[in-house]
Amino acid sequence: MKSRGLFTRVALVLGLIFLYAPILSMVIFSFNNSRLVTVWDAVNSPTLKWYGVLMHNSQILGAAWLSIRIALVSATGAVILGTLAGMALARYGAFRGRMLLAGMTTAPIVMPEVITGLSLLLLFVALEQLIGWPHGVGAVTITLAHITFCMAYVTVVVQSRLTGFDESLEEAAMDLGARPVKVFFRITLPLILPAIASGWLLAFTLSWDDLVITQFVAGPGSSTLPMVIFSKVRFGVTPDINALATIMVLVVATGIAISTIWMRYREKRRERDLRLAAASNP
Amino acid sequence: MRLSRAAGRRWVAGVPTFWLLLLFLIPFLIVFRISFSEVRLAIPPYTPLLTWHHSWWPSIELHGSAYSFLFTDSLYVSSYLYSVKVAAISTLLCLLIGYPMAYAIARSSPSSRSVLLMLIVLPFWTSFLLRVYAWIGLLKNNGVINNVLMYLGVIHHPLVMLQTDFAVYIGIVYSYLPFMILPLYANLEKHDPALLEAAADLGARPFRAFLRVTLPQSLAGIVAGSLLVFIPAVGEYVIPTLLGRTDQLMIGRVLSDEFFENRDWPVASAVAILILLLLVIPIMLFQRMQRRELEAAQ
Repeated sequence: MKSRGLFTRVALVLGLIFLYAPILSMVIFSFNNSRLVTVWDAVNSPTLKWYGVLMHNSQILGAAWLSIRIALVSATGAVILGTLAGMALARYGAFRGRMLLAGMTTAPIVMPEVITGLSLLLLFVALEQLIGWPHGVGAVTITLAHITFCMAYVTVVVQSRLTGFDESLEEAAMDLGARPVKVFFRITLPLILPAIASGWLLAFTLSWDDLVITQFVAGPGSSTLPMVIFSKVRFGVTPDINALATIMVLVVATGIAISTIWMRYREKRRERDLRLAAASNP
Repeated sequence: MRLSRAAGRRWVAGVPTFWLLLLFLIPFLIVFRISFSEVRLAIPPYTPLLTWHHSWWPSIELHGSAYSFLFTDSLYVSSYLYSVKVAAISTLLCLLIGYPMAYAIARSSPSSRSVLLMLIVLPFWTSFLLRVYAWIGLLKNNGVINNVLMYLGVIHHPLVMLQTDFAVYIGIVYSYLPFMILPLYANLEKHDPALLEAAADLGARPFRAFLRVTLPQSLAGIVAGSLLVFIPAVGEYVIPTLLGRTDQLMIGRVLSDEFFENRDWPVASAVAILILLLLVIPIMLFQRMQRRELEAAQ
């Protein structure tokens, strides 16, 4: 028994090294002075030179700003549609069209991106022919595409959170005469808020990160950050991209740290409340 | 205005259904339809489905030329088969690496479990594109791995790793490993350790107990994880483009090139339909497992 425990634990440690070594190497080489990226220039390093280069690259900054705006709108749209779909699937039992909705929400998760991208572009072209909208492709079509593939993820997150709760609270409120809309805002929404928050973050990240689908539905003048990065790194490694990667890792790490601390705090407060409640009702 | 409960429900289910019909299902029908047309020099660059040639009654124009073209040029068949091979091998590697990792997490103490799971998921939150790009710096001829090996004296000439099948396997395994580990963990975590103890009491050696008890029980997790890796890997575009060979393309790249470089929409659509034909059974299998999982939770 002992030896197998050792084997899987060694595998876990090696696996984690495999997952983190590439990220670490990007961070380290972002402080390298040499243009030759992977050759460490010990004399003049560490340096913040590439961060300075990055801050003056208006193409990257503009693309990042476009990506942020698209991700904000897409994540919000995906959360609204995904929450509706998740509620219908988790709460409405067997309704007409359930199979259709369930199938259409899980398929985009595994669908190869080239196919989703191609089919969406062909839709937009056909729509423009038929009804004269959208006028060409650009930020609007990118956002519509992102909402579509992001909402699938939100649906799964919300649906599994809702199936974890029984319906008795909602039914009790209904029995007491609350209208369905009120039940949703007073009972269901607070219960699934953590799922909605993580669904939104997931959708934001997926939208911010997507390259393949975006390339199909983007037009001239609507290059997102992944598109700019991809066209740069296709022709080799560039040191300022390392700096960009480091900044993104730093932002994610900070976000995770803050949310962990916040969740610990909430848990402690709830424990304290429970203790106080127990003490006051002997 | 107050909605009745039934009407409210119809809206809640109807709005996302309508959205997905319009932006997910109908687009596939359009791809299917365009795969049966021919290229022409016009906007849009394919022949229409209905034409009014001689009479007021439209005639339907269907062409199989996009498909027959795919089978006349060996480029398409070979990249199709190559993609299946790469996806299958990568899935197997993910399983071999991911299974012991998921097992170790499932057997660790509850408090360290959540930390370990977070460590597995964390890279997923940083850019996929940049994580693949990081491997260029590691695998290049004058990259980090070759530099370290030469410095240590293990090799004297740099190993050619970038633009090989090996680099594509590394890239896919690296990017999709969390998708393998998470379903496996969810499955392994539910196992009852008493079963293994019983097997040990009955004299089974640990490896035999694993083969006879743990492995069969975790089959659902293995299938779910493998599907989550295999299906997207078949159509992978970014990883083979950045790390892979230039003489052998994967089918996702072929589709993209047909569309963007050759501007042949019917052929690109036919390629998409053929990829879907290959994946339709795995995708339906995945959906069925997903549904069962959620029903079990209920």
